[in-house]
Amino acid sequence: MTQTHSTKPNPVILLIEDDSQIRRFLRTTLTSNGYTLIESTSGQDGLHQVSAQRPDLIILDLGLPDMDGLAVTEQLRAWTGTPILVLSARDKEGDKVKALDLGADDYLTKPFGTEELLARIRVGLRHLQQAIHIETPIFTVENVRVDLEHRHVFVDDQEVHLTPIEYKLLTTLIRFADRVVTQRQLLKEIWGPSYDEETHYLRIYMGQLRHKLEADPAQPRFLITEPGVGYRLKADS
Amino acid sequence: MDDHQRPDPDELLARVTEQEAKRRRGRLKIFFGAAAGVGKTYTMLDTAHLRKAEGVDVVIGYVEPHPRPETLARLEGLEAVPPRTVEYKGTQLREFDLDAALARRPTLLLVDELAHTNAPGSRHPKRWQDVEELLAAGINVYTTVNVQHIESFKDVIAQITGVAVQETVPDSIIEGADEVELIDLAPEDLIKRLKEGKIYQPQQVEGALRSFFRTGNLLALRELALRNTAARVDVQMQEYRRDHDIQKTWHVGETLLVCISPSPLSSRLVRATKRMATSLHADWMAVYVETAHRLRPADRTRIEETLRLVEQLGGSTMTLNGSQVSEEVLRFAHERNVSKIIVGKPAHPRWRDLLFGSMLDDLMRKSGDIDVYVITGEPDNPRPFNAQMPRRTSSWSAYGQSVLIMVVCTLAAALMFQFFAPVNLIMIYLVGVVLTASRCGRGPSVLASILSVAAFDFFFVHPQLTFAVADTQYILTFAIMLLVALTISTLTVQIKQQAETAREREKRTASLYAMSRDLANTRETEALIGLAAKHMREVFNSEITILLPNSAGNLKPGVGELPLPDLQEETVARWVFDHNHLAGLHTDTLPASKGLYLPLTASQSVIGVLAVNPKKPERFISVDQIHLLETFANQTALALERASLALDAAQAQIQVETERTRNTLLSSVSHDLRTPLAVITGATSSLLQRDKTLSDEDRRELAQVAYEESERLNQFVGNLLDMTRLESGGLHVEKEWQLIEEVVGAAINRFNGENKGQVIHVTIPPDFPLVQFDGGLIEQVIINLLENAFKYTPQNTLQNTPQNTPHITPIDISAREGIHEVIVEVADRGMGILAGDEERIFDKFYRSQPSNSKGVGLGLAICRGIIQMHGGRIWVENRPDGGAAFRFTLPMTEKPPGIEEEDDPDA
Repeated sequence: MTQTHSTKPNPVILLIEDDSQIRRFLRTTLTSNGYTLIESTSGQDGLHQVSAQRPDLIILDLGLPDMDGLAVTEQLRAWTGTPILVLSARDKEGDKVKALDLGADDYLTKPFGTEELLARIRVGLRHLQQAIHIETPIFTVENVRVDLEHRHVFVDDQEVHLTPIEYKLLTTLIRFADRVVTQRQLLKEIWGPSYDEETHYLRIYMGQLRHKLEADPAQPRFLITEPGVGYRLKADS
Repeated sequence: MDDHQRPDPDELLARVTEQEAKRRRGRLKIFFGAAAGVGKTYTMLDTAHLRKAEGVDVVIGYVEPHPRPETLARLEGLEAVPPRTVEYKGTQLREFDLDAALARRPTLLLVDELAHTNAPGSRHPKRWQDVEELLAAGINVYTTVNVQHIESFKDVIAQITGVAVQETVPDSIIEGADEVELIDLAPEDLIKRLKEGKIYQPQQVEGALRSFFRTGNLLALRELALRNTAARVDVQMQEYRRDHDIQKTWHVGETLLVCISPSPLSSRLVRATKRMATSLHADWMAVYVETAHRLRPADRTRIEETLRLVEQLGGSTMTLNGSQVSEEVLRFAHERNVSKIIVGKPAHPRWRDLLFGSMLDDLMRKSGDIDVYVITGEPDNPRPFNAQMPRRTSSWSAYGQSVLIMVVCTLAAALMFQFFAPVNLIMIYLVGVVLTASRCGRGPSVLASILSVAAFDFFFVHPQLTFAVADTQYILTFAIMLLVALTISTLTVQIKQQAETAREREKRTASLYAMSRDLANTRETEALIGLAAKHMREVFNSEITILLPNSAGNLKPGVGELPLPDLQEETVARWVFDHNHLAGLHTDTLPASKGLYLPLTASQSVIGVLAVNPKKPERFISVDQIHLLETFANQTALALERASLALDAAQAQIQVETERTRNTLLSSVSHDLRTPLAVITGATSSLLQRDKTLSDEDRRELAQVAYEESERLNQFVGNLLDMTRLESGGLHVEKEWQLIEEVVGAAINRFNGENKGQVIHVTIPPDFPLVQFDGGLIEQVIINLLENAFKYTPQNTLQNTPQNTPHITPIDISAREGIHEVIVEVADRGMGILAGDEERIFDKFYRSQPSNSKGVGLGLAICRGIIQMHGGRIWVENRPDGGAAFRFTLPMTEKPPGIEEEDDPDA
């Protein structure tokens, strides 16, 4: 599979959305922000367009008329790593998580604002560019500095000791910076596949991380919880 | 002649209902004749063929297989329901198959011989009952009947022909038939046919001619048949006239009363009364007076049978209690406005009347304006029925006791002999007699009476120790003493027995009252069933099961009740339920069942079945018992209906509430949707203006306000959806072990930038335990509470303090552990809650200051709903320094799971 490095001035976004008014607003917003937009109104057509046009990012509405959005995600992930941003309706939490577990990269809940949309698109494209590698060994967010090469973590230039699991948790979140990581993904990644239901482990460890790294652990600034979904490390301000 | 009067609306309604019922019922046509062989079956079949030619679906239900060739020929061409065979005493009997006929459901069914008695094991003992069921199912029936089979003519027929007819049909069936066709044949012609062998087999002809088919008989029977038909026509004519010129004939109606006794004469009396009542168009009833005398079982059975006969013939029955028959009867007659009393002629010898008084005499003398009809009876049994000598056997010990008492009296008298004159000693003996009478009963008290005289004579009258009497005056004393003793003993025994009977009755009434009272205080169906069954079990000494239909329509016993013994019994119960008619032991329908089944009929319909399995089945022969059982069943049915109606009423109430809520919701939604929409429409339409009247600043402002209002709309819609899901049960709580701190953080994060600089302080102790709850829902709760706090907290700007320094009013969120729960608090420094609003604030659509608020009043209601679903509590208190503190609890019933310690080489 090929991952296109987006050196083009206008990244191409494929929008798979059946509602004409949403398409209209997205069209205006995205094109005015420098993106080239390809529109598709059904799942089948969308899948076809992906292989035909090779977009840099896919925005997929989960509530499509002809196909289940989850099925589209699954099918796409079978052969391409193109970032997928899913649009879900309120109250359909389950679908969101399933899509993310199937391989979608991030989500937006309707109704959403332009800022949020653009932020997520940026994140998605950035990760694409960065491929799998993290480019710089030093990661900084707020007053926290993480030396990935030497495995040191500094808060306000004071070194803070993290346990191996805490460190692994942090680095995983860094790797997915600004993208949501589902609970299941984190559990599998850090503790192993048999732990994918033991959410309390995750909670406790995230709590410990927040206490060690955040100024006010109860009002975190970058270790953001997305209830019902997972966690997001907010580095992009 | 006939005066035209306005018809009585009740009467008209009754008639209309009657006509309605008639319409749904099948039509019965009876082919009526004076004797066998006049051609009833033949004519019936003929008519059936005519109907078939007209296209009517005609089926033969059952036609007697007479060896009459002409009749047999007419059977050809008609479909027949195959008869069923019943094994009875070694022979195969062929019987009408009722179930097959009901299944076939033709428009018209032919059923011969209405008076036939079915073989044992059939659903009904009599064919006319089978026909009743067919009619009730809407099937039209043709049938045949001879005049000798009519119940009320039984005695007359017996007189005419000398033959006592066993198989009879109640008059009500004949009277209720839609059409009666008389098949008339002159006696000479009938006899000719008989001789020609067209009616019976050749060998039977001789015998028939000699007995039944005598000319005199046939003439009389023919007259009876003709007269009966004429009377029927007369009734029809009257009805017709009544329908067209309303005539108030019915209200001048008479009421007849017949007195029943154990004598076999009674059934004759009943039938005669029925005939009289029919001709007078009168109501009639039968009364039996239960006195203190005990009846032999055979007599009691006869009474019950007579009472049942009365009901069958269409009269009502009443059993009275009393010592004097005539008195009770007359009192009752006056109460019920009886116009005529019918009694039988006395059969006992004259001396009894002289000695004990004649009931008849009493009746006649005291009847006042009521007519008394005295009817002949044939005393086939010389036993007098008004016997004053009750049969009662006392035990030997009772006799022994009476002797003992007499001995004691004698001893006492002996002691007193020195001081008192002999005459006074009689009193002691009389006391002894009274004692004996009250304790020992009839026989021993008579013995005591005699013994007292004898003892007195023997011991205390000159010459003593002999039975001879010196002073003949003592003869008189003896005579009077004996008389007095006997009278006292009779009266005492009578009183005692009456008291017993009264007690028996009182017990039954008391038990009925007790059950009624208990039922009145109970609401739930299950409890009602249990109570009713318990009471009835005690009173009737039987196994009681109450069956109610479940949602599928099958009858099931109530909770905790025993099921019916077998499938057969279940079928009987089902039949009772479907037909609203009692069946089972000792009734007309399915008498071979193990138990007695009564329908539980409430005001509208049958709601269940009462199954009674008596420990002593014999007791249930009496009509009285069945009436009492029916009364209990009625009470139970009414109570059950009341319970179900109460439930319906409660549900209707809920409906009303739901409607009201829905209306409030609609009006609120309407307003709260329109307002932001108005703003958005206004602002954006302004933005769409092409002219340059708006500056960039203005445009920005319009866009901003439109955005803000759309956010508000979003929140409102969200609340509405949450509320709807909460109410309809669509909200699912998925509990996981969560950190309060994390959820609070997530909630605060949602307000990213929108809280306009509000400061939030979060105080949660470190190492606060994990609590089980649904993260998303509790996040919503905290968001709603925060929104509320933002709304009612002054902005984080200048407070009015003397120094005029900026005063920050933060919102405080905290959590602490309680006993098996955690308590989370969201507190502000706003204006607090008005006294009295603490509860109402959580109600839907409640806003404490309508003018001030921007929300719709659902936020707190949603919080309450979510917290309640978690099993917690939510409430609000005013803070001592001002402001409101909202607190909610989440239960902590289990210990949170631990995690494995990890290896940390650098720790």
